[in-house]
Amino acid sequence: MNGMSRIVKTIASITFPLVMIYGLYIIAHGHLTPGGGFQGGAVVASGCAMILIAYGSVWTLGKIKEKNLSILESVGAICFITLAILGLGFGTVFFKNFLIGSEIIFGIIPSFGSTISNINTAGVIPLMNFAVGLKVIAGLFGIVLIMAYASTRRDKY
Amino acid sequence: MILDAIHILLPILIIASSLFAVLLKDLIAAAIAVAAMSLLLSLEFFILQAPDVAIAEAGVGACLTTAILVIAIKSTKRMEDEK
Repeated sequence: MNGMSRIVKTIASITFPLVMIYGLYIIAHGHLTPGGGFQGGAVVASGCAMILIAYGSVWTLGKIKEKNLSILESVGAICFITLAILGLGFGTVFFKNFLIGSEIIFGIIPSFGSTISNINTAGVIPLMNFAVGLKVIAGLFGIVLIMAYASTRRDKY
Repeated sequence: MILDAIHILLPILIIASSLFAVLLKDLIAAAIAVAAMSLLLSLEFFILQAPDVAIAEAGVGACLTTAILVIAIKSTKRMEDEK
């Protein structure tokens, strides 16, 4: 599939960073505000699909291959399962929140009651949100990319 | 008061855009009507106090479905045949 006109390319280039910032914000604040890994990943994949529609699949496949997207999706799934099994190793059960209470990353227990929301809380849940977000970004964008690439191959014959 | 008016107005707009999506002969315009229906549906989810579902609906329904439909229409014909 070829690209669209110069107007579409310019507007897509301007709005692409805003969409990426919004999606990554939804992923990173998944334990505080509505949203999470799936929703933020869907927003980021929407931004990537906008670039794909504007610039065409040939230009986009020059930037990223679908094999790398497949590897990224597998890395997200492996990170999620590894965090769950680490809960079995460090704690007691599967999916045990072993980072909570420790003073390392995402380990602060917030004070009781209505407080200002602190992002450095919730233990292992933000890391699982990152893993799910990576998997959703790679999976959904891979679907759209393969769809566009198949229509490109059809144009040749 | 104004929330009740929105609750009455939004389903009417959703049904209207769905009818446009079925009845239009230009398939690009029909795809945009589907995107508008999905966006109004996400707004309905938001005023029904489900912002989580609203973000997912706006991301998947209004953007990725429209992208797949536009790719499929660009690789086939744009206008629907008159039978």
